[in-house]
Amino acid sequence: MSILKPEQPGLLEETAINSRRKFLLQAGTATFSATAIALLGGCNSKAISAETNDAASQDVRILNTAISAEHEAVAAYQLGAESGLLQAGILKVAVQFQGHHKEHIEALAKAVKSLGGNPAEAKKDYSFPVEKLKRQSDVLEFAAGLERGAVSAYAGAIPVFGNRDLSAAAASILADEAMHWAVLRNVLGLDPVPGAFFS
Amino acid sequence: MYNSEISLVLAPVAFIISLAASSNCLEGSPEAGNQIYASCIACHSPERNRTGPRHCGLFGRKSGSVSGFEYSTAMREASIIWNTETLDRFLESPLTIVPGTTMGFAGIKDDKKRQDLIAYLKSVSDSPGICVNNR
Ligand code: HEC
Repeated sequence: MSILKPEQPGLLEETAINSRRKFLLQAGTATFSATAIALLGGCNSKAISAETNDAASQDVRILNTAISAEHEAVAAYQLGAESGLLQAGILKVAVQFQGHHKEHIEALAKAVKSLGGNPAEAKKDYSFPVEKLKRQSDVLEFAAGLERGAVSAYAGAIPVFGNRDLSAAAASILADEAMHWAVLRNVLGLDPVPGAFFS
Repeated sequence: MYNSEISLVLAPVAFIISLAASSNCLEGSPEAGNQIYASCIACHSPERNRTGPRHCGLFGRKSGSVSGFEYSTAMREASIIWNTETLDRFLESPLTIVPGTTMGFAGIKDDKKRQDLIAYLKSVSDSPGICVNNR
């Protein structure tokens, strides 16, 4: 999907640019009435509320928290890949999943920048529980836990984005994380899809 | 006569039982809450700071006060003491209770699930197994 290809202007970016336009418009016309602002907005039928600024900065905060969690996932897969515990075939899949998380970061960071924010950076040290990773299955369980968590995190973020297009984009990332989780469970010999609903 | 005497005697018992049942329910089940904590593990763990702050020592702690964690200004200035009541309100809708928080999470809307989750958080908050040296 185009939004996962950061080199193309994707949905996330388009959305963010629109939000920023609204934001700038609102900032520059603070003394106008809401109706006047809505008219200035042209095709946008919704009056731009005084909350636009707040909503945009809240969206930046939500995006940045998601970016931080994605950075942790990238670092975790790196740890797994370098652990020497993964068989060649599994290693390939792990590196592929890590690549997806990197793409999520790029797309989310672009959205943050378009909204006028600064994307969250990776931490230097994640103090992972390395002492608990002794076998391939430990590494896979650890990764599966992070993917499971990510599904919940996006499920919790989707309803609170001010901009619904960001919610749609987050849903497409959630779908990817859910697939990772199912594949990892399958490799672990667990039921890959252990239920009908997840939150 | 006999019947009504019995019911007079039993009424307070029933009342006490119902109180016990409701307070039990209010307290929630840590085991069930452990499952609901799956919604939190993308960002939190009891014993270490991750995208969110660690949960060891949470009960009785002031919001935004774990050393080494970079909180939002909103959370640092919220001056909430975390306990069953404050967590219940926060976890139902974090962004409403602490506007400006970086915890971009809709919340746990189901009362029972929240009670179970809080019971779990309470059980790990001071758990010597998990939380020693991590308060
Ligand atoms: C998407 C990531 C994310 C998810 C999911 C998440 N949190 Fe948080 N949480 C955070 C962040 C980030 C903060 C710090 C907020 C701030 O500084 O404004 C935080 C703060 C908190 C605090 C305040 C702690 C303190 O030291 O003052 C509590 C309590 C909390 N979270 C509980 C939970 C629980 C319980 C869940 C699961 C239902 C959960 N969180 C899910 C990211 C998350």
